[in-house]
Order: sequence, then C-alpha cells, then structure tokens
Amino acid sequence: MPQISPIVIFFASIITSNMILSNFLGMCSYLSISSEYKTATGLGMAVTLVLTLTTFINWAIYHFVIVPLEIQYLSYIIYIMVIAAFVQILEMAMDRYTPDLYAKLGIFLPLITVNCAILGVTLFMVIRQYGALQSLVYGLGSGLGWWLAINMLAAIREKLKKAKLPPGISGPAISFIITGIMAMAFIGFSGIFTIQ
Amino acid sequence: MDFSVILRAVGSLAVISGVLSVMISISEKVLNNYGICEIDINNGARLLKVEGGSTLLNTLAGEKIFIPSACGGKATCGLCKVKVLEGTPSGLLPTEEPYINQEERKQNVRLSCQVKVKGNMKLEIEEELFNIKEFICDVEDITDMTYDIKRVRLKLAPGETINFKAGQFMQFYSKPYGKVKEVVFRAYSISSKSSEHDHIELLFRLVPGGICTGYVHQALKVGDKARMSGPYGDFYLRGNCEELIMIAGGSGLAPIRSLVYEVIENNLPHKMRFFFGANTLKDLYYMEEFAQIQKDYPQFTFIPCLAFPEAEDEWTGVTGFVTVALEQQIQNGEGKEAYLCGSPGMLDACIKILKDKGFTDQTIFYDKFS
Ligand SMILES: Cc1cc2nc3c(=O)[nH]c(=O)nc-3n(C[C@H](O)[C@H](O)[C@H](O)COP(=O)(O)OP(=O)(O)OC[C@H]3O[C@@H](n4cnc5c(N)ncnc54)[C@H](O)[C@@H]3O)c2cc1C
Ligand code: FES
Repeated sequence: MPQISPIVIFFASIITSNMILSNFLGMCSYLSISSEYKTATGLGMAVTLVLTLTTFINWAIYHFVIVPLEIQYLSYIIYIMVIAAFVQILEMAMDRYTPDLYAKLGIFLPLITVNCAILGVTLFMVIRQYGALQSLVYGLGSGLGWWLAINMLAAIREKLKKAKLPPGISGPAISFIITGIMAMAFIGFSGIFTIQ
Repeated sequence: MDFSVILRAVGSLAVISGVLSVMISISEKVLNNYGICEIDINNGARLLKVEGGSTLLNTLAGEKIFIPSACGGKATCGLCKVKVLEGTPSGLLPTEEPYINQEERKQNVRLSCQVKVKGNMKLEIEEELFNIKEFICDVEDITDMTYDIKRVRLKLAPGETINFKAGQFMQFYSKPYGKVKEVVFRAYSISSKSSEHDHIELLFRLVPGGICTGYVHQALKVGDKARMSGPYGDFYLRGNCEELIMIAGGSGLAPIRSLVYEVIENNLPHKMRFFFGANTLKDLYYMEEFAQIQKDYPQFTFIPCLAFPEAEDEWTGVTGFVTVALEQQIQNGEGKEAYLCGSPGMLDACIKILKDKGFTDQTIFYDKFS
C-alpha cells in the first residue's frame, strides 16, 4: 500500500488528477447537463455523494469479497452492480428524507449510474492499492473535482449564451473547446501534487 | 478448467446480486412505505384515506376522482394541475417547471402526475372535476374516414348518460395488444353532438409507432368494450361575439364538428367560418356533411384548404396552407372569436396571424393535439 498522505490524495484528485480535466471521464453528463449553473450544481453534488460512498463500498467489497474468493475477473460486473444498487437506494432515501434536494436533482440521480467517472474512480482506487481512508478521500476529492469542472463549464456556457458564436461551433463543439482550454490551464498545476 | 472455479464465480455473483436485491427491496419496503395517508380536498368537502407511495394522479384516479391528463403521467401535457396546499415540498420538480407559471407557483399549483403522496395532504380541486366519470362503452361502429383516420362510435352502458360541452375531450384507455404490454391513456376530442347523451364518437388519426392510436387502428373491433373517462377541458363555446372563426387540421375536425352542431341545434345567431386544412384530397373527410350544413344553414361557411393538391385531385378550392386563407379572408378580430384545433405547429402559425389581425388571448381558444 503506497504511503501517500490522504491530504495529498484529496487535493490531487481535485486539481492535478481531475476526473474530467485530466482523465476525461464522465464526459457525457458533463457536456449535456452543463447549460445551466443551477442544475450543474445539483448534478455535481449528487455525483460527489455517490462517488464518495460507492468508492468506499467497492473498496470494502474488493478487499473482503473479491480478493479472498479470487474472483478478480468478475470485479467490473460486481462494481457496476454495486453502483447501480447504491444509486437506487440513495434515490429512495433522498425521496423520503430530503425531498427538496430530491426534487432539485430529479432525473439526474438515476443518470449517475451510467457516469463512467464513478467506475473509473473505483478502478483507479484498486489499481493504486489505496487503503480505506485513502479510498474514501480519493472518492470525495474526485467528486469535488468533477463538480468543480462541471460548474466552471456551466458558468462559462451561461456567459456564452449572450455571445455571438460562429454558427458551426455553437453547442457541443464549443463545450469541447472550452473543456480543452480548461484542461490546458489545469496542466499549470501539475507538479504541485503527484499521485500516479 | 476446474469445476470449483466456475461454481465459485457463479455462486459469488448470485450471492452478491441476491444480497443487493434484498437490500433494495428492504429499502423499498422501509423507505417507500408511507402508510395510510389522509387527503383533504376543498377544505373538507371530500376526505380520502389512501395508501401512500404512488403519484397523486393515480391515487386520486383510484378514488374515482379523475384529473385531466392527456399524456398519461409523462409530464408532457401539463393538464393535470391541482393546488397542493399542504403535504409536499414547495419546490417544483424539474419536470414540472415548463408548465407552471409564476402566478401558479404562488398558489402552489403542481402537476399531480409528478407529486407523490407521502403523507397527509390538503388539496384544492375544481368542483367540476368531481363530475368526471369513468365509462365502459361498447364499440358500436368503426369507420375509415380517410386512410389514416378512423371514427369510433361508442355506446354508453344502459342507463348511463354523459353531459359534455361541445369541444371537450375524453381520455381513452388502450389495452395490451401485439407486442405492446402497457396500458396507456390519451386525450381524444368528442366529435359527436352534445345533444346525444347515450353515444359518443371519437376520431383517431394514426400516429406511426403510436401506442394508443396503434391499438385503435390495429386491435379494436366492433363489439369490444372500451374504457374512458371524461369529459375534460376548457375548449368550448363562449359565444360573446357575432362570428366564430373555426380552424382545424387532421383529426382537429372532431371538436369543431361538435361545436358547429351545438350552434345550429340551439338556434344560436352566430355566423361561422370553418377553415379546414389538409395536404391532399385524400386527407379530406366529412365533406358532404359540411357541404349539406352550408346549404341548410347560410350562417355557416365551409372553407377546405389543400396545401399540396395533386393533379388528379382536380382541386378548385383554396390552394395553400390554412394560414394563407386566413391572411386573405379575415380582415380583423372585431366581433369574432377563434376556435383552433390540431397540431401545435399549425396552431402556432395561425395564432400568430390572428393576433396580428387583432384577436387576443381572450378571443382565441384552442386545443393543441400534442
Ligand atoms: C386536448 C387534446 C385532444 C386531442 N384530440 C385528439 C383527437 O380528437 N384525435 C386524435 O387523433 N388525437 C387527438 N389528440 C392527440 C392524442 O391525445 C395522442 O397524443 C395521439 O393520438 C398519439 O397517441 P399515441 O398513443 O398513438 O402515440 P404515442 O405512443 O403517445 O406517441 C408515439 C410517438 O409519436 C409522437 N406523437 C404523439 N402525438 C403525435 C401527433 N399528434 N402527431 C405526430 N406525432 C405524434 C410522440 O412524440 C411519440 O414519439 C388530442 C390531444 C390533446 C392534448
Ligand atoms: S398527466 Fe400530462 S403532465 Fe401530468
């Protein structure tokens, strides 16, 4: 188990190893649900919650079920099942206990199941052999990083609504361009923390 | 490969998915169990005790209170509005936002198909909706009006009657057929006379791939039972004017036919001009009937318009979209009310022209068949 401090993992996963801006994972909901700042915030919140918890649960399942039974080759299927089940339960719990938040997130909640950043974080966590605390912090940091990225894109896209764009590049094209520029800007942080 | 490896793989997958599904069903039982909830409607006028956990629309339907709905709960029609005074978080769901305006937000208007019953509630519902009933009718006749429109004549159960205002619609329930397993309900305007209380007629235009119209066109037979509820809607005659301008396309003719009969059967003084838009001659129907009415009642003028008449149609009437005829034949909105029915695209184009001519939101009435 590598001895990287959880604090380093936390900041690195937000800034230098950002899920979107350095790994380009979780792109589809990032692109499609970033036209409004408010909804982007809701989705970011939900993704952060799901990422933190599922990464930790999958860590436990990996170490206490998959490794002892030597069924590593089934791990992908198991992770996905865990994520899907967890999102379902989370949805019901939020509907019951935080109806206001549930109302805000609406259909974005079930959409999270198919967000590849969630599976990506679990897989990185396994490959890098993180411990329990490291995994928890890594999940949380990655979620916050994803949230930060989608909020930045949404803020820029809201401003762009008033801008005159050449017809060919409005919509997804300009979002890709913005994302590319943001990713380049984030390269500026590289070297501050390294976790890979 | 070792047999035990296979066993271990299958076994562990089965156990894990088993555990997950047990967890989901337990959470469902615990989290989605809202027990018996009390619903107070119109300040004590009706008190219901219902099982919580499903949508308000369906819960009320289970209690024989039918809230209008054209989309069957998909949040695409915006007809199922009720005032929820207590018992649900005040924030609108994203699915509701397009349908609820600022004024309605202040009054706690919600889409009942999106709000879930999770506890005791207080509602306000228009008195009229208590009159809406469910009908199980006999299919008495099915006639092809055009290649894609069928008229279905339905006979109410013996002793049952319906009172509706011309222009209103019914909600028609499909049944599972062919590969379609679901039951859906959709809105269909009543095309028969409002003076007929033991029969109703509906016109179904086939929507390719459509569930409900597919059911009617492919599976429904004379002698079948059909389920529907109604009448619904605020598309009916106001008549505070001298002339009624009626505009329809396709199956939008249905409520207009009913309206025309309401005017002539009650000897109302209004002049009527009915613009009926279609593509080619084979899309026109009820032509003889409207020609006959025009002969018998000089107050009524029928103006069919063909957008793309074919050479063999030998069309001598108005050629072009209905909008062209409107542009040419209507001078201003003075003393007139407009009644429109049909596809959203056509309606929007016509409404724009009417507004330019001086019609207002108070003199334009329409049902969009979306
Ligand atoms: C107030 C009101 C009155 C109506 N009165 C009538 C009527 O008298 N006669 C009548 O035939 N219909 C009427 N409609 C439309 C009707 O309610 C259904 O929407 C329509 O028949 C399609 O239902 P479906 O189940 O067959 O199709 P669905 O299974 O709901 O739809 C299948 C696909 O077709 C699309 N679609 C849905 N409706 C249309 C359409 N009209 N044109 C093109 N594409 C469509 C949908 O987006 C979907 O992708 C009325 C609608 C309203 C709101
Ligand atoms: S039933 Fe159509 S929006 Fe609710």
